[in-house]
Amino acid sequence: MSEELKGYRELPIGGLIVEPGNAVTYRTGTWRTFRPVWHEDKCIHCLFCWVYCPDAAVQVKDGKMTGFDYEHCKGCGICAHECPRDAITMEKE
Amino acid sequence: MAERMALTGNEAVAYAMMQINPDVVAAYPITPQTALMQKFADFVADGEVDTQFVLVESEHSAMSAVVGAAAAGARAMTATAANGLALMWEILYIAASTRLPIVMPVVNRALSAPINILCDHSDTMGARDSGWIQLFSENAQEAYDNTIQAVRIAEHRDVLTPVMVTLDGFIISHGLEVVEVLDKEAVQDFVGEYEPAYTLLDPEHPITFGPIDFSDYYMEHKRSQVDGIEAARRVIPEVGREFGKRFGRSYGMIEEHGTDGAEALLVALGSTAGSAKAVVDDMRERGLPVGLVKIRAFRPFPYEELREALGKAKAVAVMDRSISFGAQAGPLALEVRSALYGLSLPVRDYIYGLGGRNITLEEIEDILQEALEMAKTKEAEPLVKYVSVRE
Amino acid sequence: MSKKGMVEVRWHSRAGQGGVTAAKVLAETSMALGKFVQAIPEYGAEREGAPVKAYTRISDSPIVVHTQVTDPDYVVVLDETLLDIEDVTEGLAPEGKVIVNTSKSPEEVRKRLGLEPGQVATVDATSISIECIGRPIPNTPMIGALARVTGLLSVEELAEDFRKKFSGKLSDRVIEGNVRAIQKAAEEVRTE
Repeated sequence: MSEELKGYRELPIGGLIVEPGNAVTYRTGTWRTFRPVWHEDKCIHCLFCWVYCPDAAVQVKDGKMTGFDYEHCKGCGICAHECPRDAITMEKE
Repeated sequence: MAERMALTGNEAVAYAMMQINPDVVAAYPITPQTALMQKFADFVADGEVDTQFVLVESEHSAMSAVVGAAAAGARAMTATAANGLALMWEILYIAASTRLPIVMPVVNRALSAPINILCDHSDTMGARDSGWIQLFSENAQEAYDNTIQAVRIAEHRDVLTPVMVTLDGFIISHGLEVVEVLDKEAVQDFVGEYEPAYTLLDPEHPITFGPIDFSDYYMEHKRSQVDGIEAARRVIPEVGREFGKRFGRSYGMIEEHGTDGAEALLVALGSTAGSAKAVVDDMRERGLPVGLVKIRAFRPFPYEELREALGKAKAVAVMDRSISFGAQAGPLALEVRSALYGLSLPVRDYIYGLGGRNITLEEIEDILQEALEMAKTKEAEPLVKYVSVRE
Repeated sequence: MSKKGMVEVRWHSRAGQGGVTAAKVLAETSMALGKFVQAIPEYGAEREGAPVKAYTRISDSPIVVHTQVTDPDYVVVLDETLLDIEDVTEGLAPEGKVIVNTSKSPEEVRKRLGLEPGQVATVDATSISIECIGRPIPNTPMIGALARVTGLLSVEELAEDFRKKFSGKLSDRVIEGNVRAIQKAAEEVRTE
């Protein structure tokens, strides 16, 4: 994390997290060694990948798969494993 | 109009709780606290409170329930004693470090083994580093007054730290005394409407309680927690003065009794401080320069007040109702010596009253006589004595 | 240590006989008369029938001591079989009095306890409680006897406060039975 760490006086008390949804600022995309690659031609938009992704890193628009959020995808490979049409492959970073 | 009533300490605290009218109370029985919640349950059954009364299956659950309730923005209370407090252990720390202003009367009782249901301070002394504020009560009146003040102290925005109000098991909890009970309206007005600083039940401002914290922030959060309990040094006397203005009984961090010109001073907690007052008065009448310093707030510990009060004397005797095994003295004496760091004042600890062993006025006088001797010889050895132990 | 206007009472009973309640009733009634009071039970691992002690302190000024009573001015014994197993005169003040629930004469009990004439009073509180209340609960008649012997409070004050305290909590029949027991014990208590 390149962000400057806060001092104790700047923190909310009690370890509370008072900004909702701040997990998005934590870039877990840097943890990957393999990245999922989407092959649009094979995709049937069943959205199994979207359902199984533990990090909400599958991007969907109007009910259709549109790609990955590589800022947060940790490269776990569950999407590729679950895809019924081999439309996702894991490739070395 | 305040009313004089004959109440046990447990009943007095239950009255205070009824008049505070907390949003949530979790209850689990343990001697000698049981009668306290039993009385409060009467108030619930009689419709005297609006409290959500939660009967739980253990003290661990009782503390967990009030942590949840407090996080949800409720004014939450529970009460316990001894082994029950021990079972709360894990959650005591969570309550304090999550900065939840819970108020909990603790009826002091010895810890097992051997099993003993009677008074000593080993239960709350064990919890002294849990981050809770600890107020000791000399009698049923103080247990009542402290419970009411504890709400204001805990909820003060600069403090936001839970408070234990202690009362000596059986001696105070089951002893009947004359207690001035305030009007419910006056108590309601004093404690005020609770406005939580943060609440889980605010969909406009969703927040997270109890997240994980690693080495990058854990120390900052602990340091921030210190500021809360340190602020209580200012807030406890402030609230105590306001209570005094309104109701005629003022409170501070400590109480001095006959300390002017005293050469030997006794430091004590709880009901023993009352007995010691009688001894000090009696010895003063005989011209003996002795006095008492009663500790009301054990956490935060009143270092400066004690240094000021004890520094004028020539010797100090401390009465500890628990043991810190393996330490050089009991918990209170360790703190007193720490407060007097750098001053050359003999301090001896007297461990007494464990498991409900009676302390007599004569024994307290003996301790003060020895302290007068220490004032002459400047010699504190032995640093620890055990009162009335058979060899 | 001098007690300075404070009276201390020790109650000997068996768990279940109402010794702790008697200590409290005496304290509460004395408070209603403007006194400062304490009533202290001495708890152990008691079951019904085990010997128990309780204490009452009555004073003109606020009471600060929280020790057990070790040198009582008055001792009340709710069960005469306790005389065999408890030292009921332990620490008794030199002019102190012992009031025992027994059909025996004060002289007989006094000789047995090794006290001076006038120091022992007796009353058959068990028979009185069976007659007036219908159960062998000697605590309320013993308070009546104590009131008469010591003058700490009048039987009328005791009866009045008892009615006030238990009105709505106990049936009128039980309340009046207790009041009769208090009065009867006060009349029948014997001294030398």
